Amino acid sequence: MAKEIKLLGTWASPFSHRIELALKLKGLQFEYLEEDLSNKSQLLLQSNPVHRKIPVLIHKGNPISESLVIMEYIDETWQHQNPLLPKDPYARAVARFWAKFIDEKVLWTAFKAYNDKGKEQEDAIEEFSQQLKFLEGELKGKEYFGGERFGFVDIAAFFILQFLRVLQEVKEAELMTEEKYPVLFEWMEKLQGNEVVAGCLPPREKHIAYVRARRAAAEEAASKTKAA
Amino acid sequence: MEEVKLLGWWVSPFSRRVELALKLKGVGYEYIEQDLAHKSQLLLEYNPVHKKVPVLVHNGKTMAESLVILEYIDETWPNNPILPRNPYDKAMARFWAQFIEEKEEERGKLVEEASQCFITLEGELKGNKFFGGEEIGMVDIAANFIGYWLGVVQEVSGMELVTRDKFPVLCKWMDEFVEHSVVKETLPPRDELHAEFEARLGAPSWKY
Repeated sequence: MAKEIKLLGTWASPFSHRIELALKLKGLQFEYLEEDLSNKSQLLLQSNPVHRKIPVLIHKGNPISESLVIMEYIDETWQHQNPLLPKDPYARAVARFWAKFIDEKVLWTAFKAYNDKGKEQEDAIEEFSQQLKFLEGELKGKEYFGGERFGFVDIAAFFILQFLRVLQEVKEAELMTEEKYPVLFEWMEKLQGNEVVAGCLPPREKHIAYVRARRAAAEEAASKTKAA
Repeated sequence: MEEVKLLGWWVSPFSRRVELALKLKGVGYEYIEQDLAHKSQLLLEYNPVHKKVPVLVHNGKTMAESLVILEYIDETWPNNPILPRNPYDKAMARFWAQFIEEKEEERGKLVEEASQCFITLEGELKGNKFFGGEEIGMVDIAANFIGYWLGVVQEVSGMELVTRDKFPVLCKWMDEFVEHSVVKETLPPRDELHAEFEARLGAPSWKY
């Protein structure tokens, strides 16, 4: 049974964590294959020739890439428990909108806000703050983005924001604080308190060390490029 | 009483995607043209996050992001489906629609990369008339920019990326796309589009 579902992922990637959680919520057995992104497996290259990225879900030999696409596939294929998306088309549209917002806007703006310098960074910090306010606005008055139970948007958002908190620690910045975003922080704490969700998070110190090392390497590479 | 409104901009391929989907399904709607240089209160109210078109309003419920809207349309009006029923095929269609979106975002990038994308897309046609098979689907709709707008962009910029000898399969798809009876209705007049892009000098920025 475990052979039927394979997940190609990496321990540090929030996109990978999303899929782990989705599969666990559905009570599915799966084979997890840790990828070394500096030495990608043949299976990964064959399964995702277009992007060569993780996560990739392989179901009965059929590969699917792009975490949000994978989540929808999981939800549609295994409908017996823990629906990720609501049934109502409008509620689904709203959920897809926010998930897209996180992936296409929030993440990239956050990177700039934490990593850039000068005016670009200032602008990004402003934009990031606005984006977090929008997210808070969507969450306010609800237990989760999904309503009474957590769902698609919660899964999409939680691991990204947790990752950003790790980046924040590495950069010693204070862009996301409980004072500024009490609703978001309360929501994150709730999810951290959930055993299944927390089980998909990497150990915090290990994650911080990893991101720190990667940032150092990226900055060194950037300064070498500038010097050259 | 079904009330469907679409806030759009005649130049925008994203806006036209939604029109195309509504027309394919025979859904009547009120079209409200937006002036993106002077955004209306309505637009700002309906799409405060992005302040962009298209915005669909169905019985007072507002939604934004063209691919999200396409999925809503397909789920709400199931006739003439634009997504396959089978979850795996659906996942593939979503993957390709996203791929096209991402590549459009990066359109400023290297010619080489763009060429690779077109080669990849050609492969996806697999000898079919459309990405959706015999009939137009979500991926064809998502690729509308390539199907029509790209030609105009190439004329204005003088850059010939997609030529018949380099990309015969894609060009054949483009021919089929613009000839499709419903698609035709949603294409802005070529000369007007040309003029609009020329006025914007080189890289047209319809993403307001």
